[in-house]
Amino acid sequence: MADDTAPTGADDAEVEVTPEVAPEELFGALLTRSGGQLVLHPTREQYPALLRTLHEAGYHSVIDLCGVDYLTHPGRSGVPASVATERFEVVVNLINHKERGRLRLRIQIPVDDARLASAFDLYPGTEAMERETFDMFGISFDGHPDLTRILMPEDWLGHPLRKDYDSGRIPVQFKGAPANRPASR
Amino acid sequence: MTTTHDAPINLAQTAEGAQELTSRDIVAAGERLRELGAVLRLSESEALDAELDSVPDDETMIINMGPQHPSTHGVLRLMLELQGETVLRCKPIIGYLHTGMERTGEDLTYLQGPTNVTRMDYAAPLFTELAFSLTVEKLLDIEVPERAVWIRMLMTEMNRISSHLLFMATNGMDLGAVSMMLYGWREREEALRFLQEVTGLRMNHNYIRPGGVAADLPDGWRDSILRLLDMLPPRLAEYDVLMTNQPIWRERLQGIGVISAEECLALGVTGPILRSTGYDWDLRRDMPYLAFDQIDFDVVVGSYGDCFDRFAIRLAEIRESMKIVRQCLENMPKGDYRIQDKKVTPPPRARIDESMEALIHHFKIFTEGFKVPEGEAYVSIESPRGELGCYIVSDGSPTPYRMHVRAPSFVNLQTLPHLMHGNLVADAVAIISSVDPILGEVDR
Amino acid sequence: MSSESRPTGGLLDAGLEGLSHNFLTGTLEGLVKWARSHSVMPATFGLACCAIEMMAAGGPHYDLSRYGMETFRASPRQADLMIVAGRVSQKMAPVLRQIYDQMMEPKWVISMGVCASSGGMFNNYAIVQGVDQIVPVDVYAPGCPPSPETLMHAILTLHQQIRDGELTRRPGQGAGIVIEQVGAAGPTPVVLGRS
Repeated sequence: MADDTAPTGADDAEVEVTPEVAPEELFGALLTRSGGQLVLHPTREQYPALLRTLHEAGYHSVIDLCGVDYLTHPGRSGVPASVATERFEVVVNLINHKERGRLRLRIQIPVDDARLASAFDLYPGTEAMERETFDMFGISFDGHPDLTRILMPEDWLGHPLRKDYDSGRIPVQFKGAPANRPASR
Repeated sequence: MTTTHDAPINLAQTAEGAQELTSRDIVAAGERLRELGAVLRLSESEALDAELDSVPDDETMIINMGPQHPSTHGVLRLMLELQGETVLRCKPIIGYLHTGMERTGEDLTYLQGPTNVTRMDYAAPLFTELAFSLTVEKLLDIEVPERAVWIRMLMTEMNRISSHLLFMATNGMDLGAVSMMLYGWREREEALRFLQEVTGLRMNHNYIRPGGVAADLPDGWRDSILRLLDMLPPRLAEYDVLMTNQPIWRERLQGIGVISAEECLALGVTGPILRSTGYDWDLRRDMPYLAFDQIDFDVVVGSYGDCFDRFAIRLAEIRESMKIVRQCLENMPKGDYRIQDKKVTPPPRARIDESMEALIHHFKIFTEGFKVPEGEAYVSIESPRGELGCYIVSDGSPTPYRMHVRAPSFVNLQTLPHLMHGNLVADAVAIISSVDPILGEVDR
Repeated sequence: MSSESRPTGGLLDAGLEGLSHNFLTGTLEGLVKWARSHSVMPATFGLACCAIEMMAAGGPHYDLSRYGMETFRASPRQADLMIVAGRVSQKMAPVLRQIYDQMMEPKWVISMGVCASSGGMFNNYAIVQGVDQIVPVDVYAPGCPPSPETLMHAILTLHQQIRDGELTRRPGQGAGIVIEQVGAAGPTPVVLGRS
């Protein structure tokens, strides 16, 4: 798809690439650096093909996949100007054991169409992580074999890690504790 | 037997509906692919072939195991489809200990954060604190003093020892070797005593914090460690006599729950399970953090990827950790145990009585917390169970905007269907035990 | 009393005279309570961190079997004490209640640790704020996690409660005893922020 422009030899030397001011690309996706870590910003459409490229380039494990809800912090840092930010982000961490390299993908997900292609076919290890992201953020993953809630009960309403979901904090009682519990022994 | 207690609980809610294992005639091909334990590189037609040689529906039985079960290491629930005594499919159902820690972590300041994360992996609490602290330090772009680095290494390795001893105890107990359980607890108590001397608590220490550690090593810590290092090797030799070379033990573990390195990588599995397949990967050596690049130790690998290898690796890792602890003892540098950065570190206790400024500063740091620059970072370390990572997004306020912990047990648990396929139900417990999941970390 | 005048042997040898030293008298209630308090069988209900300390309490160092408490029953139907060891999530709460209902009367509940007692530091959507909302609690053991000493203190308090309390009580009512934390301090206290 979009990775036909990817330099073929880029995966050998990506850790040593000197930082530049101009927007960089790696494997056809925009590249930024965050504290010495490489971050790619593929679009949703680029994501499946990018995973395939990365898998061929030696990134054999998806170490982590999680969601972030940027509802109250829309002006986030570390995103190139050309990337349109959306409310949700799915963050994928990949590892290349051979080159001891890590790569992080940040994919923007709009709230009114919160879906992303599942990485299950290439990386079966993402199964539980995608289910967790679905459970906590309501982002659905197309092609996932069993997209059900994983941590919350099946009949739970809402997605707890969304910023507009109440954290459920109840005021702590100091007086008038339940009758079951006497004030002293 | 019935009670009049009017709790708002509907017993029908104990079923989790779609999360449960469904009978195979309504399972989609994609799910079948996963549940057959053939998660890897099986095309859909191959999965269907595998389905064909399996047994008809009326010969199998779906049984439930857990969440309250003596040997599922906490509140893990498994649904097993059995034919006779053979496990055909298995589905772990988790979430019974979901604590909302990632949400609570967004409400707590960075200084309070370790209190929260330490309760995730309660067998190895110092590791989660370390991952959290390292991530915050990366966002703050600070470097902790050298003594703090070495104290952290010393303490986490002691914690690794106690965690693996806990594994020895529970693994023995799960397989009916109750004396092993008693021995494991006996040695773990000794390791905990040292942790308590240093941190004040037996578990959930809240000891490693952003900027360093909470307290310096107490007087006489060297003697305590030396005592422990002298005491442990003969006891580990006892384990070898009791377990490693014992025919019954080997019979029960060897060749059970086999997994290959490719499958581990595809599933994202790390830690002793990955190493048991012969894959030589340990973050302490391959992507060193703290000062592990100055430490001499071996990465223990297995060759068969079975339960016995995972047991033997953990036993050997206790010995390796003791080597690291000894090196920490010899090389422990002098200096500060936390960074002397006014922004991050509260002022020393004594100065609060003298200086108004210190008092205000102390008050501010404990009520408001310190601000962390905007950004995001992911840092991972090698916990006793595998790669433990922490991903924090900061919006510049004193609390994390998003705090996510990549828990090794959560990912490692995905191997269960694969490991169990084709094994006997009696071996199921051995397999769960050898994966060594800590449910607090799985569910967070 | 000399050995000659003292009747030897049991009732058959000494006849009615042997009654003076072969019998203990007491109330039936006292006997039942005594028997109950010495054969409490806990159900394994380990949830989180506290479960590790509960297991440690059963280990060789703390040795719960001193109090006849070492036989953790795997089946709730054989148990009469539920030690709720750890935080109770919303997903776990129905399961917990079901297991409690499966236990036979008389039954008791120890709420071990602050998470079980009040939700602890996790005041959020996922955690039940106190297990006493679901089952009646007899003893609250504080601590995070309570040291094995505190758990033993809770268990001995419960034994005392069984001996001293009502023989029968309305189901669904716990004694609600709150105990103090013991043995939490290390060999030497840890001083924070010394430098």
